[in-house]
Amino acid sequence: MKTETPAFVAALSLGDDALVLSHRLGEWAGHAPVLEEEVALANIALDLLGQARVLLSLVGDEDELAYLREERAFRNVQLVEQPNGDFAHTIARQLYFSTYQELMYEQLAQGDGPLAPLAAKAVKEVAYHRDHAEQWTLRLGDGTEESRTRMQRGLDALWRYTGELFAPIEGTQVDPAPLREAWTARIGSVLDRATLTVPQGPQRGAWTAGAGRQGLHTEPFGRMLAEMQHLHRSHPGATW
Amino acid sequence: MTTIAPDEEALAAVFEAAVAADERIEPRDWMPEGYRSSLVRQIAQHAHSEIIGMQPEANWITRAPSLRRKAILMAKVQDEAGHGLYLYSAAETLGVSREELLDKLHSGRQKYSSIFNYPTLTWADVGAIGWLVDGAAITNQVPLCRCSYGPYARAMVRVCKEESFHQRQGYELLLALSQGTPAQHAMAQDAVDRWWWPSLMMFGPPDDESAHSAQSMAWKIKRHSNDELRQRFVDICVPQAEALGLTLPDPDLAWDPEREHWNFGPIDWDEFRDVLKGNGPCNGQRITQRRTAHENGAWVREAAAAYAAKHGEDKR
Repeated sequence: MKTETPAFVAALSLGDDALVLSHRLGEWAGHAPVLEEEVALANIALDLLGQARVLLSLVGDEDELAYLREERAFRNVQLVEQPNGDFAHTIARQLYFSTYQELMYEQLAQGDGPLAPLAAKAVKEVAYHRDHAEQWTLRLGDGTEESRTRMQRGLDALWRYTGELFAPIEGTQVDPAPLREAWTARIGSVLDRATLTVPQGPQRGAWTAGAGRQGLHTEPFGRMLAEMQHLHRSHPGATW
Repeated sequence: MTTIAPDEEALAAVFEAAVAADERIEPRDWMPEGYRSSLVRQIAQHAHSEIIGMQPEANWITRAPSLRRKAILMAKVQDEAGHGLYLYSAAETLGVSREELLDKLHSGRQKYSSIFNYPTLTWADVGAIGWLVDGAAITNQVPLCRCSYGPYARAMVRVCKEESFHQRQGYELLLALSQGTPAQHAMAQDAVDRWWWPSLMMFGPPDDESAHSAQSMAWKIKRHSNDELRQRFVDICVPQAEALGLTLPDPDLAWDPEREHWNFGPIDWDEFRDVLKGNGPCNGQRITQRRTAHENGAWVREAAAAYAAKHGEDKR
């Protein structure tokens, strides 16, 4: 890895977000509720993996960064590392994250930093991800009693990881306050249309204030990395 | 047996003439009941194979050893879901529904390709599947692009294009391993050793034991016999294996200058029948995962249906 300038930390943070969420979505392959969702979830996972590869390559060697860093060196927010849970849980995670990511990339695309070109391309993909998450939030929220209960449960369970999205990222020149405002308004309006309630609890836990960005993660993350990195680490120096 | 009404006899003559002239049969055309049911069986089994076939490969998505390989594998598994969708659509033009067919898959009343009952034990298996399993599938499917039933033939054109891309990527994966470290080379050889014979079984039983072959060929659903296609596949693979720097696990493999084909050893048909009967290494696991995904997804499908019913009018 090159020196930890703010620009590199920014690329690493956003790259890790995309890498980790892509991995989680990849776990859905072969398990989705309908074939159309096999296609959609893999599609989103692939877009994210593509973003991760560009971002990590700005920092160093993509494979070295993905496969040879330990848990404490990853900069992704804790939200994206949360296990998939049921389909509603996954959709809640997608809704929170894609809404954030779209707003973030819109801001970055308007700037003149090193991330602007990537953001300009990725924002189109992310708008599709956000639309997908919103459509499912509406269907599940305003579908059956069971789907409504599950969707609300997913939203509630992940709420405590959303505050971290608005911790400023050095090197991005994105002001988190208007980002938070726009995010809160967007989520509020979608949940309202879906007949769901905006969760009431705190948007951070004792350990979650900017924690992922500082390399403090939740327990499931280490296990995820063990699986992801195992083969690569078993053959040091090999090319694939 | 009921007697065929005169107008039906005329329709049958039109059908026979169209098949003889290599014209395409389309969904609204009259067709013999046997032709329809044969196609439903074959297309459904093909669609099911795409869906079940996602599992052995998806098994390695989370462990793919580089981000490039991971992207390729994810794209491939996604394509397979897409192929399943095309094929279910093609089957639906014959008057069955996807739900009906999935139900038959889940209850074991319809089959999928027996190859997917073998486990993916190492990363190299992903390459062996791409090269051998997709290679065998392509050998089978390219002639289906000229199948007499239009919707199936057109689905095959799209599927084959994507499938050949996967096959080259699988081959390239194996090549990288074969030319890599000694441990990687050994991994590649081991995978080829385990996937070679099951791939040859993908062409189905020998011609003299193939129940549906003669009729399918007369209807131009099939264009070549199982043994013909199997031989074609072996002839293609032998030089490819050599280029890979890997061997094929068959001591009887030898060039026959008279036939101008590669001779190969006997296939273990007992194993084939055993896997077909449900006793393969992963039969239970594959169908259980498929059924579980479907059952766990029931509430999602119900929610989508309920939402559509509520918002049907203002959907636009």
